[in-house]
Amino acid sequence: MFETALSAADLIFLAKGAGITIVVTAISVVIGTVLGILFGVLRVQLGPILSAPLTLFLDIFRSVPLLIQLVLANSFIGMVLKLQLSGFFVACMVLSLYTSAYCAELVRGGIDAVPGITRRAARSLGMSWAQDMRYIVLPLATRVALPSWIGLALGVMKDSALVYVVQVTELLKSTQILITRLQEPLFLLLICGAFYFIISFPLARFGGYLEKRSSND
Amino acid sequence: MIEIQNVHKSFGQLEVLKGIDLVVQKGEVVTVIGGSGSGKSTLLTCINGLEPINSGKILVDGTEVHAKSTNLNKLRRKIGIVFQQWNAFPHLTVLENVTLAPRKVLGMAKAEAEAIAERQLMHVGLGDKLLAYPSRLSGGQQQRMAIARALAMAPDYMLFDEVTSALDPQLVGEVLETLKMLAEEGMTMICVTHEMAFARDVSKRVAYFHQGVMAEIGAPEQIFGDPQHPETRKFLASVR
Ligand SMILES: Nc1ncnc2c1ncn2[C@@H]1O[C@H](COP(=O)(O)OP(=O)(O)O)[C@@H](O)[C@H]1O
Ligand SMILES: [Mg+2]
Repeated sequence: MFETALSAADLIFLAKGAGITIVVTAISVVIGTVLGILFGVLRVQLGPILSAPLTLFLDIFRSVPLLIQLVLANSFIGMVLKLQLSGFFVACMVLSLYTSAYCAELVRGGIDAVPGITRRAARSLGMSWAQDMRYIVLPLATRVALPSWIGLALGVMKDSALVYVVQVTELLKSTQILITRLQEPLFLLLICGAFYFIISFPLARFGGYLEKRSSND
Repeated sequence: MIEIQNVHKSFGQLEVLKGIDLVVQKGEVVTVIGGSGSGKSTLLTCINGLEPINSGKILVDGTEVHAKSTNLNKLRRKIGIVFQQWNAFPHLTVLENVTLAPRKVLGMAKAEAEAIAERQLMHVGLGDKLLAYPSRLSGGQQQRMAIARALAMAPDYMLFDEVTSALDPQLVGEVLETLKMLAEEGMTMICVTHEMAFARDVSKRVAYFHQGVMAEIGAPEQIFGDPQHPETRKFLASVR
């Protein structure tokens, strides 16, 4: 028979780690998406030349490994800015910007996919630039970008495992702590994987549902 | 009244309008004919300020369209335009397509906007499609929806840019009938068209455009019966 030293208290410890993963992911995806929409719209609106500094800034977040971003941001805030920020705060900040950099690309692609003639029609009816954005462009861009956005959110959830480097004990770190103590790596990783699956399953299904719905009309 | 005074317009090096003069009176229907690339579409998009001009003036009811002080969003409320390419808002139902601008631009209440939209959609023969999405409509129905959408803003002027040229031949008639009906109701219209029979039937005057110049303008009987400009003759011979 299978035997384990894993106790109920250990399971609760893991669940807490999962809770941290969910919270860090949720905060980063929400803030990252809001910033991403802002950056994406700005990029389209400013054109390639004026938006070059912003593009470069976002490219850095997309090309430097997240682990390095976390360590550098943490050291910079602590040693250069001399600020006492919690690891949780730094984690959310870095992960939000990281998310926003990818999201801005999705938003830009979505906006570019809206035909110019559709926007001209909206403006011809007397709609302002903002009304055109709000009622025509962003809803249409959302349809285009949503499947990839779901993928982005799932990716951010998995990437959030790296925030252990700024002393945030999320799901994977909690698992590692238990592995060190209990010496049952395979079993614990299996449970950890199950937690990740339970967290992402609803989002993945939601994505599938949205995709089906938007192909219906 | 729409007054177009010596309008020049270039895209980069290419001069597309080379000094256009045209006055369209209230209640008048003017059709514009001419070869492809002669500047017809550009003229329409200059009239509602979608395109800037290089020199000259366009006045709509005395308001200079391209003056810095002009509120274009406000001016456009009284100038409806329907394009050649179908341009429905694909994420909105037919009814929502038509109510959007009255609600958001004119600030109308939902019920009021819907009443107006239903009336306009009925008018163009789409009373049974209110809840359909545009992708379920034929090209002709989409164009009629675009006409209803423009009319729901109660415009004083309507500009039509070859609204039938992207349609299958069997759908052209229903859209032209709708335009005819509007003309008979006294709407002030500028129609760019390739449909010569339509131009002859509904217009008070027909303008012939050639390479950015309005080569000739006159009553339909004169333009079609006794064209003065050699290019007009050539063009009419080619479309017959
Ligand atoms: N946005 C644009 N940028 C550059 N050139 C344009 C643009 N729109 C139209 N043109 C050019 O201007 C000329 C007139 O175009 P248009 O007004 O569409 O003619 P028409 O409607 O009579 O066929 C064409 O040579 C066309 O290629
Ligand atoms: Mg044209």
